[in-house]
Amino acid sequence: MTSLNLLSELPRILAALFLVVVAAAISRWQHLDLEKQMLVAVVRAFIQLTLIGYALNIIFAADNPAAILLILAVMTSIASYTSGKRGQGTPHAMRVAGLAITFGAALTLGLLVGLRVFTFTAQQIIPIAGMVIGNSMNVCSLVMRRMHEEIKARQLQIETALALGATRQQAVRPHLKTALQSGMMPIVDSTKTVGLIQLPGAMTGMILAGASPLQAVQLQMIVMYMLIGAAALTGLAASWLSYRQFFTANHQLVEA
Amino acid sequence: MPSPRFDITHFSLSRHGVPVLADVSFYVDPGEIVCLLGPSGGGKSSLLRCLNRLTEPPPQTIFLDDQDVTEMDVLALRRRVGMVFQQVALFPGTVADNVAYGPGLQAESLPPEEVSRLLALADLSAELAGRDSQELSGGQAQRVALARALATGPAAMLLDEPTSALDPAATRNVESTMLKLRQSLGLTVLWVTHAPEQARRVADRVYLLVDGRIVDEGTPEHLFRPGSQHLTAVFAAGELGEHES
Repeated sequence: MTSLNLLSELPRILAALFLVVVAAAISRWQHLDLEKQMLVAVVRAFIQLTLIGYALNIIFAADNPAAILLILAVMTSIASYTSGKRGQGTPHAMRVAGLAITFGAALTLGLLVGLRVFTFTAQQIIPIAGMVIGNSMNVCSLVMRRMHEEIKARQLQIETALALGATRQQAVRPHLKTALQSGMMPIVDSTKTVGLIQLPGAMTGMILAGASPLQAVQLQMIVMYMLIGAAALTGLAASWLSYRQFFTANHQLVEA
Repeated sequence: MPSPRFDITHFSLSRHGVPVLADVSFYVDPGEIVCLLGPSGGGKSSLLRCLNRLTEPPPQTIFLDDQDVTEMDVLALRRRVGMVFQQVALFPGTVADNVAYGPGLQAESLPPEEVSRLLALADLSAELAGRDSQELSGGQAQRVALARALATGPAAMLLDEPTSALDPAATRNVESTMLKLRQSLGLTVLWVTHAPEQARRVADRVYLLVDGRIVDEGTPEHLFRPGSQHLTAVFAAGELGEHES
């Protein structure tokens, strides 16, 4: 392992920071009041990234499976909490988000390791898990929110279906489909246009680090497929779990 | 299926801790049209929703042929007791798709002649079957909703202000359709309305529900006869319940 030496890149970091200083100066001059927010963001980014850099350095060096699992658990918890906050219109939103994200992320990561796409080492799993869990979190929030909106807006249709003898699942199906499709739309669209509009992060990073574009493209394919898979699994679980919060076991719609 | 009898006994209901209905008891005989009349916001619809358990009633308060509805299979109950709402929600697709919805839930397909028969029951032309459900007039839409409710072969119908969004002509048409249906199918009907004239035209018996209690009951002839001092006549004259929205 190379030891982390932040100072080696310091001139380049400062050069990048110079741009921020210019922008802040303009903001100050024009009384736009952006500079305080920018200062906070810059300082936070410096502290957070430095800490995570050192932490990852230690974790990669140790490469202890228990430590990896612990980190995955922490990442999932933060994602679940964030997503649960977003989906507060749904009863038991935290639990729904936690289960959906854990399900989507665990299944995806398990498959990737099981099929030997990645090895269960800190260096491979932690960055991959970050992408998977982050994406699952976004999809989960979108699906939960849309599910709630749909059920609220379609109360009459849903109760009409129930009155005709539909189960809660039958009554909610068209609305569940809408919620799921709208939650999946960003990731599906970005997968469709990948490479045409912008080069995604993983690929950009590899190319900047000196890898050949063909190598970078291959990794990016794996990443996109993995993210779309994880998004679908999480979205399915989120829609399934969240619609049930709005119904009783007797196929009655609870006020949304 | 023989038409059933409804018994509602000592039914009380609160919404968000506020009592809506207090100790309401009444019955609907097989094949009878009973109107639950009263000012809007008086809890009539809330009660109606309990009869097919769109809202769960307290146990031992609502009986269908002496059987507590809370002990029945809820989906079978809803197929046996159809419901038509004040606001019609037709599903996307054709009129035929809508009529076939209920049987479709049971993985049964409805042959075209059966769709035509159900449309005819609701006084609609068979030619309407292929029409887009979103291209209907209010009266047509309500009739499609009626045909759709009849498709599951119910023995009783719950009507929740089915004509309050319709113009007078369409209202009369739906009323005459319902009267015909009761005749031909022998349906037991509980009809919620805020319009005394409607109760007078369609009901065999009327219950007047004001402030969560049944305050008057009887046949229309009795309640609305000239010079009647019945509260129903007072309500019809617009002198009762005007404080409600």
